[in-house]
Amino acid sequence: MLADFRDTILAAAARRAPLRLRGGGSKDFYGGAPRGALLDTRGYAGIVDYEPTELVATARCGTPLAELEETLAREGQMLAFEPPRFGGAATLGGCIAAGLSGPRRAAAGAARDFVLGARLLDGQARDVSFGGRVMKNVAGYDVSRLLAGSLGTLGLILEVSLKVLPRPAAELTLRLELPEAKALESLNRWAGSPLPISASAWRDGELSLRLSGAQSAVRAAAQKLGGEALAGEAALEFWSGIREHAHPFFSGDAPLWRLSVPSNCAPVALPGAQLIEWGGALRWLRAGTQAAVRAAAASAGGHATLFRGGDKAAGVFAPLAPALLRLHRELKAAFDPAGIFNPGRLHPDF
Amino acid sequence: MGQALPVADAARQRAVAQALRIFLPERAVLWEQEDTRPYECDGLTAYRQLPMVVALPETEEQVQRILRTCHDLGVPVVPRGAGTGLSGGALPPGDGVLLSLAKFMRVLRLDPVARLAVVQPGVRNAAISDVAAPFGLYYAPDPSSQIACTIGGNVAENSGGVHCLKYGLTVHNVMRVRGYAMDGEPLDVGGESLDAPGLDLLALLIGSEGLLAVATEITVKLLPMPQLARVVMASFDDVGKAGDAVAAVIAAGIIPAGLEMMDRPATHAVEQFVGAGYDLEAAAILLCEADGIPEEVEEEIARVKQVFERAGATRLTVSRDETERLRIWSGRKAAFPAVGRISPDYYCMDGTIPRKRLGEVLGFIGALENKYGLRCPNVFHAGDGNLHPLILFDANDADQLRRTEEFAAEVMQKCIEVGGTITGEHGVGVEKIDQMCIQFRAEELSLFHAVKAVFDPRGLLNRGKAVPTLTRCAEFGRMHVHGGKLVHPELPRF
Ligand SMILES: Cc1cc2nc3c(=O)[nH]c(=O)nc-3n(C[C@H](O)[C@H](O)[C@H](O)COP(=O)(O)OP(=O)(O)OC[C@H]3O[C@@H](n4cnc5c(N)ncnc54)[C@H](O)[C@@H]3O)c2cc1C
Repeated sequence: MLADFRDTILAAAARRAPLRLRGGGSKDFYGGAPRGALLDTRGYAGIVDYEPTELVATARCGTPLAELEETLAREGQMLAFEPPRFGGAATLGGCIAAGLSGPRRAAAGAARDFVLGARLLDGQARDVSFGGRVMKNVAGYDVSRLLAGSLGTLGLILEVSLKVLPRPAAELTLRLELPEAKALESLNRWAGSPLPISASAWRDGELSLRLSGAQSAVRAAAQKLGGEALAGEAALEFWSGIREHAHPFFSGDAPLWRLSVPSNCAPVALPGAQLIEWGGALRWLRAGTQAAVRAAAASAGGHATLFRGGDKAAGVFAPLAPALLRLHRELKAAFDPAGIFNPGRLHPDF
Repeated sequence: MGQALPVADAARQRAVAQALRIFLPERAVLWEQEDTRPYECDGLTAYRQLPMVVALPETEEQVQRILRTCHDLGVPVVPRGAGTGLSGGALPPGDGVLLSLAKFMRVLRLDPVARLAVVQPGVRNAAISDVAAPFGLYYAPDPSSQIACTIGGNVAENSGGVHCLKYGLTVHNVMRVRGYAMDGEPLDVGGESLDAPGLDLLALLIGSEGLLAVATEITVKLLPMPQLARVVMASFDDVGKAGDAVAAVIAAGIIPAGLEMMDRPATHAVEQFVGAGYDLEAAAILLCEADGIPEEVEEEIARVKQVFERAGATRLTVSRDETERLRIWSGRKAAFPAVGRISPDYYCMDGTIPRKRLGEVLGFIGALENKYGLRCPNVFHAGDGNLHPLILFDANDADQLRRTEEFAAEVMQKCIEVGGTITGEHGVGVEKIDQMCIQFRAEELSLFHAVKAVFDPRGLLNRGKAVPTLTRCAEFGRMHVHGGKLVHPELPRF
């Protein structure tokens, strides 16, 4: 398998022919349109090492995310960044390359925060490893974290070691009626006090809060916050809907914009339905033109991504400042001198 | 080592100092020995070098011009925070400029609603929590050196602390870094939202040991202070049992706010110094902290006690109030200085290993104490598997120094063998540079050099540190043999 990967990469590099790295294809929609000859990573699969007491799991790129998460669940552990799968086919390699995180992100951290080490084949098919399988490691530049969200542009991620966490002993979801501005104000205030809020979602005057932690902490927080408790099953389904974009807000053909902004920025005054997550730091929007959305996100101190639908030709991600763009181009060249991996996926220039 | 090396070239020194004086006031450019002497080393005092020139800028514009000037003249630059680093990261260049960020001491903005602080790089770690405290907030990563070390140094080293098991390292708590590349080009990575477009350059800069850029403004995340914290102190009659107890806590699904271990030599050194109330009979003690709301803390403390009892703890004490909690921690926080009082010198190591190998590696270190005839107390971040063996020696005795280095090299090698790393939080610097040749292969080192070249093509910023050249690895002669093949077949053997 590895020998095949290597041959494919070397042949592509010799001809400077683009390669499209792909796991289950669940994130084909994300980023610039995929192009190039297909390199399917699914054959290189399996959990390589997992010891619950080390809080570290190492698996190959083609491992289905579902399989990894089920294995962790059997030991009472989880991927705390709650990566969205967007379909049953999602693989670990794709999950890290996309670098997306789910509802628990604001409380627990993002995909990059849980990456401890990675092994990849670079653009010269060199088999290189960075980081490791221990909690702390500052030997060498942190290349493994750099891979999270790189959309496969730096190399073929072969293996990833992730920090995993115990599942919370208790979880409870509350529903509160709150207008947008008030919800944002409350979310920021709560985040500044020791409350075990592990997820939040506001939509149409209704704020859902998930509390996670020790039974006692969850109970005490629920009392303090008020609202209505949502039954266990319904709560699971609701958060899964938010994580997987199965919630009705995400259906339909209208373009879906993702605005990543400071959590305390005022309601974004743009037409179109909005759903707010991450304590105010993530705002989903179902309409809008490039110019208007980008300007609104930038003036709020954040950035916008055309997540699904809409006109990708005008750009998917927020443009990079010239100094950063130069660094990006050169880093890309350092890892992938022939420019073969997933061209255009993260940035039109490389 | 030992004696500071003299500055090489007086004419060059004058030329560089003059070039800097064009835009820096007289007091901001030091070059006479008596003025540069305080900068000759960082916390790793075995390595000393007088800098050719010390620059003490006060504005970002001055930093930029220093970098530009040095870049144009081909002069190496080493940034420095408080100089508490333990790997020689801030060891000055004898032929270059030591760039001190010590005057960048302002907290520029504190936003209690967005829970972040924008600070200059010379702000001390503990000072951030001090200014955040009135808002019920704090900055989580807490190196034991926190009253002295700067946030700029923390960013460069990706520093950790006692509470990082639960709250993460510097990389998990910094949102944005602004600074300058070696050629003076301004950089701005990360932001006040939870992610930024493009590659995660923030992850690359944090922990880059000052080799990629000079940080001049840092935005950190602030967390709400826990309502209550209590610490359990557990004694064990065997170091291995204490190691197993650490794994048992994690296996029980508990992520304590801190989980630290000290062995008997360490508790004895500390007890004379601070009187923290440690059990001097125990072969090792564990300190395990629970934090949160009172109910949660009680629940966790009860579970931790149960785990420790099952693991064979011989004595258990739980802090009753904040005074007692702080007293128990005071010994841990003062451990390095305490050890410094019982020995002329000590050498602090920093390997990280899988927790399950703790007992084995501590046993290995014990055997090396006999082999080299040197004592080595252990005090460390057990919950993270991050060891800090402290080898005691006398630097005036050349043979002891040699034995210490060999001792340390064996420990680092062992850490790699058991699947760990040579450094968990102190960085490679100049100290562990040869061991990088064991931990990484030529391909990986080449990629590191390629990354470095993207930011600093002339290789002037913190030159010669953190990442060894392939030639150096060949000279070191301890090739990482991978798959039965030597990794640098192209290079001559010595
Ligand atoms: C008693 C003691 C206890 C310690 N405990 C811990 C601990 O618990 N955890 C831990 O992680 N470390 C610990 N350390 C190590 C040390 O304190 C940390 O590495 C700290 O982050 C260094 O900060 P500093 O300001 O002293 O940096 P310095 O020592 O001045 O510099 C460290 C490195 O950072 C670079 N640098 C400094 N400022 C900048 C900047 N603005 N831009 C770019 N590069 C820069 C320097 O070039 C150098 O490579 C301890 C040290 C001592 C002496």
